[in-house]
Amino acid sequence: MDKEQIFNEVVGIIKDYVKDPSRLENVNMETSILEDLKVNSARLVDIIIAFEDTFDVEIEDDDADNIRTIGDAVNYIAGKVGTDQAVK
Amino acid sequence: MQNRVVVTGMGVVSPNAIGLADFTQALREGRSGIRFIPRLEELKFACQIGGIPRNFDEVCGDYFNNHRQQSFLSETIRYAAAASVDAWKDAGLAVPGDEDPPDWDSGTVFGCGISDMEVIATEVVPTVNAGKVRRLGTRVVERVMGSGTSARIGGLLGLGNQVTSNSSACSTGSEAVVEAVRKIRSGLAKRMVAGGAEGASPYTWSGFDSMRVLARKFNETPEKGSRPMSATANGFVPGAGAAAMLLEDLDTALDRGARIYAEVTGVMANSGGHRNGGSMTAPNPEGVQRCIRGAMADAGIDTEEIDAINGHLTATFADPHEVKNWAAALEVQPDQLPWINSTKSMIGHCLGAAGAIETVAAVLELEQEFLHPSINCEDLHPELEAFADRVVREYKQAPAVKTMAKACFGFGDVNSCLILRKWEGQ
Repeated sequence: MDKEQIFNEVVGIIKDYVKDPSRLENVNMETSILEDLKVNSARLVDIIIAFEDTFDVEIEDDDADNIRTIGDAVNYIAGKVGTDQAVK
Repeated sequence: MQNRVVVTGMGVVSPNAIGLADFTQALREGRSGIRFIPRLEELKFACQIGGIPRNFDEVCGDYFNNHRQQSFLSETIRYAAAASVDAWKDAGLAVPGDEDPPDWDSGTVFGCGISDMEVIATEVVPTVNAGKVRRLGTRVVERVMGSGTSARIGGLLGLGNQVTSNSSACSTGSEAVVEAVRKIRSGLAKRMVAGGAEGASPYTWSGFDSMRVLARKFNETPEKGSRPMSATANGFVPGAGAAAMLLEDLDTALDRGARIYAEVTGVMANSGGHRNGGSMTAPNPEGVQRCIRGAMADAGIDTEEIDAINGHLTATFADPHEVKNWAAALEVQPDQLPWINSTKSMIGHCLGAAGAIETVAAVLELEQEFLHPSINCEDLHPELEAFADRVVREYKQAPAVKTMAKACFGFGDVNSCLILRKWEGQ
């Protein structure tokens, strides 16, 4: 799974938590999950759980606290899934 | 002088119909919403029938933005939300957008009987017991909290007045109306969404099945199972759903030219205190009679002004006692009792939603001048023979019915009663 695939999966998970779909139009690696997409911060836990289920990884609470942008999530997950899977 | 309160909007999710138009038709037809429920058979329930709103998932898209949003909600809350949004729209009010400010004059009292046992049983308990509490996510509390229904309704409708949930077992739905009416009367709110909801779950119904208070002899003939006032009634049929009423200060309703269904002229809620035969599961007859008389006094009416009664009438052994309590409260002989019917004969006992759905039924009957049949009591209970001519067993055109009494009685020896008056101008 390459980063583009991870990016698409991550956005696919997060989009259901975005009330205003227009905020997803120019989503990129720098997009802030809370500030740009206006995701309710209380729901980040659900997004992390969805990442864990989708990518079959465990995300520690301290690591989750550092995920602020789409790119943070993509890079963190890419690191977790390992080099064997990182390159298609 | 206190404000007068009128019903200007209604919404209903019932086992025999979803939406006001089809619900009205179902009432006219005497349509049963009771079905065989395979899951109850698999779980070895004695009662394997129930009333569950049909095809509800198909209409949910009209209320919630996407599938995931729906999955965040419990069934109880989805029923409550759909009924409330419908009531709001039916009253001619626009559903606000996310950027609109709260409506500080509008609130809600919306309850449920037993929270959402399905979520507790299928998600909370297994996950916690497996030591996976961190995987529960953030959606558990809002789905099982006692105020889950009102909290969700408040957000959907942007309510800025009091948003709260009541719970008084089978009296919940009508008690919500009592509380909302008092709020408006006192001038503390202009509009209140009042109602009740209950999800369908074997885990909710299991305790009743074990108490042997559910109908267990009609698994082969579900539509015959809910038999209030019948000689062969042997327990209630569990049901689920929700109903909401938009209650409004009369002056506010008139100012905006709202369509008015009915006026809530009298309300009362009380308890029998578990005395004089009352208990956790049985009503103190004096408490019941005082509740009915209290509502009449609140409305300022005498017995002869009540044209019809929508009873609590569940199809347990208590039905004859209830009918006799009505006669005693109204101080009439059996043949003088107002017309009486039971909506539960068609939809079963929807617990926390019962009082709300049945009050909507009563308001529709008043507005459209009919009385719905109380089905499945062709073999009237022998103790009710003297009342035989007063039990509405067939659809009846009823233009002369102007005032109806609606009461509910719940576990805990709690009672609530409403006096509803057809709106014919001031």
